[in-house]
Amino acid sequence: MKELLYPFDSSYIMSKKKSIKRQLLSDGRDRFTKRIAILGGSTTDDIMKVLELFLLDSGIAPEFYQCEYAQYEQEALFPCEELINFRPELIFIHTSGRNLRQAPELTDSREAVDAKLLAEFNRFKAIWTSLKDTFHCPIIQNNFESPFFRIMGNKDISDFRGLSRFISRLNNLFAEYAEENENFYISDLNYAAADFGLRKWADPYYWNMYKYCMCPEAIPAFAYSVSHIIKALWGRNKKALALDLDNTLWGGVVGDDGVTGIEIGQENGVSQSYYEFQNYISRLKPLGILLTVCSKNDEENAIDGLNHPEGVLKPADFVVIKANWENKDRNISQIAAELNILPESIVFVDDNPAERGIVEAQLPGVIAPVMDSVENYIANIDRNGFFETVSLNADDMNRNEMYRENAMRAAAQAAFSDYGEYLTSLNMEAEIEDFTPLYIQRITQLTNKSNQFNLTTRRYTPDEMEAVYNSTEHIRLYGKLIDKFGDNGVVSVVIGRKDAGVLHVELWLMSCRVLKRDMEQAMLDRLVEKCRAEGISTIRGYYYPTKKNGMVKELYKTFGFTLVSQSDDGSTVWEMPVEGYTDQNKYITVK
Amino acid sequence: MNERQILQRLTYIFQDVFDDDRIVITRETTADDIEDWDSLEHITLIGAVESEFRMKFKMNEVSTMKNVGEMIDLIAQRARR
Repeated sequence: MKELLYPFDSSYIMSKKKSIKRQLLSDGRDRFTKRIAILGGSTTDDIMKVLELFLLDSGIAPEFYQCEYAQYEQEALFPCEELINFRPELIFIHTSGRNLRQAPELTDSREAVDAKLLAEFNRFKAIWTSLKDTFHCPIIQNNFESPFFRIMGNKDISDFRGLSRFISRLNNLFAEYAEENENFYISDLNYAAADFGLRKWADPYYWNMYKYCMCPEAIPAFAYSVSHIIKALWGRNKKALALDLDNTLWGGVVGDDGVTGIEIGQENGVSQSYYEFQNYISRLKPLGILLTVCSKNDEENAIDGLNHPEGVLKPADFVVIKANWENKDRNISQIAAELNILPESIVFVDDNPAERGIVEAQLPGVIAPVMDSVENYIANIDRNGFFETVSLNADDMNRNEMYRENAMRAAAQAAFSDYGEYLTSLNMEAEIEDFTPLYIQRITQLTNKSNQFNLTTRRYTPDEMEAVYNSTEHIRLYGKLIDKFGDNGVVSVVIGRKDAGVLHVELWLMSCRVLKRDMEQAMLDRLVEKCRAEGISTIRGYYYPTKKNGMVKELYKTFGFTLVSQSDDGSTVWEMPVEGYTDQNKYITVK
Repeated sequence: MNERQILQRLTYIFQDVFDDDRIVITRETTADDIEDWDSLEHITLIGAVESEFRMKFKMNEVSTMKNVGEMIDLIAQRARR
């Protein structure tokens, strides 16, 4: 919803939240439910209500539990029955500087301050440990904002007795804990407060009147930033940028002004702003964000512009370049098809409001943030959290490379008239094994973001995946595919639960970038082999339809399974005996 | 800005905040007259009024405000738009 996209009107959101919610709930969109417990140290009602809007807008329908006013610590250490019965799938501990129990005094010794710091950190550690042991779900914890006043002035940040120093040390301890503990995420309240403006944020009026730890006007930006973590955890991040060129990546029109006439580089303020924007975009690449071009230009001019010696981004930084005179919505659909992602995973970046309007109207779900003036470009992408990172692995860093390899594969394929010959020429090798610690993070990540080739669309938190990993009741497989163009990384995951000689396939998914490569057959072959070794006689497969997974509706049928039952909602159950199965993969050498 | 104009703008704010186009308010309207007007919605309402009229209520005014009439009087004294 436009009104919920940065830059937004905070007062509008705060005063119209009821009607915004009503509109969101009546838009007919598919959403999945998540149970979120908010354990707060201040009044959390409005934060919850606004967080709900942002989550609804990203396809998540939250159910909330709120603890009694400021009871976050009690609730964590001694969860009440209501919270236990609520079975939270995520816990958000919303504390702030107002909840600090210990603060340094100017009369304190260095040791006394250290002891206070440790006591405060341990208090929170006990909260996290208790919640982790009881609920095994992701925890989001706020850090602390800089203090509202500074007794010593600037020295407050360098003297061990300064509150600024104390808070900054405590925030560091929180960050270290987050680095060492999976499934624990810091919501950077400190950044949010600074970004909003600390003096207004911390207006004591709202604490003393209503026990709000921030002014109401700050709530939307803060709740938005919390929602980014939540949507990233449940796979609602964007995956690619489709970037316009003229007046978006550089100033001016390359077709009219020529390469020497466009504004990019160090020459003046305008060209420097475009340079900074290109630099920002280039930094998204190692996160695994795919960069593409969608520009109305002759391709030759577009390439010339991207080869501008002062520019940061070069043609090779993009996995797809669409520079032509087609409508942009068609180009974006094609980009999505070529990358095997959904159009709604693409963020469209264009300075022209008319182009943005057409694309958003033609391709519902594609977001086109406002790009009104070049100095705002970075913030208008950054503050929308499209690419919020909850984990970062080697596959992410190599993703652009992988897609470029895919383009080479497509070119190679064109040289073969027979698809089988093409597959043979790829010299594919797969590694299909039980989960290993090395890949568990990637397996969880892939599980939580695969939508299309995904039979059950079941999501797993890191804790749940850990439980599956340690379980003796499950058969697990990950598949990694390598070919002559490169390593595709972990691209497929299968999880089955054993029960009285039957294997119930609870999860079967594959990355769309290895479609039609025989990989799913190779996975099935190995699954059957495992079943035989474990005395399983029947494999039972489940297909649960969503708006996105139509491509695998008939997967079990093509595997040779028999349809057992079908429900009104389109869900199907399939079975295949293990006996008599012959291997189906023809082109991949499995190590 | 006269009292009638303030009341008109306030009515729109009430309708927005409580998401109900049928709400009609008078000087005598109190929290008891509007079902959803609890202490939390009161915060939203005050914020919406403050941003509409570009003014700020003082702490003691917020806690002692008895009805819409008192709100109108404060707005009339202090509104900046």
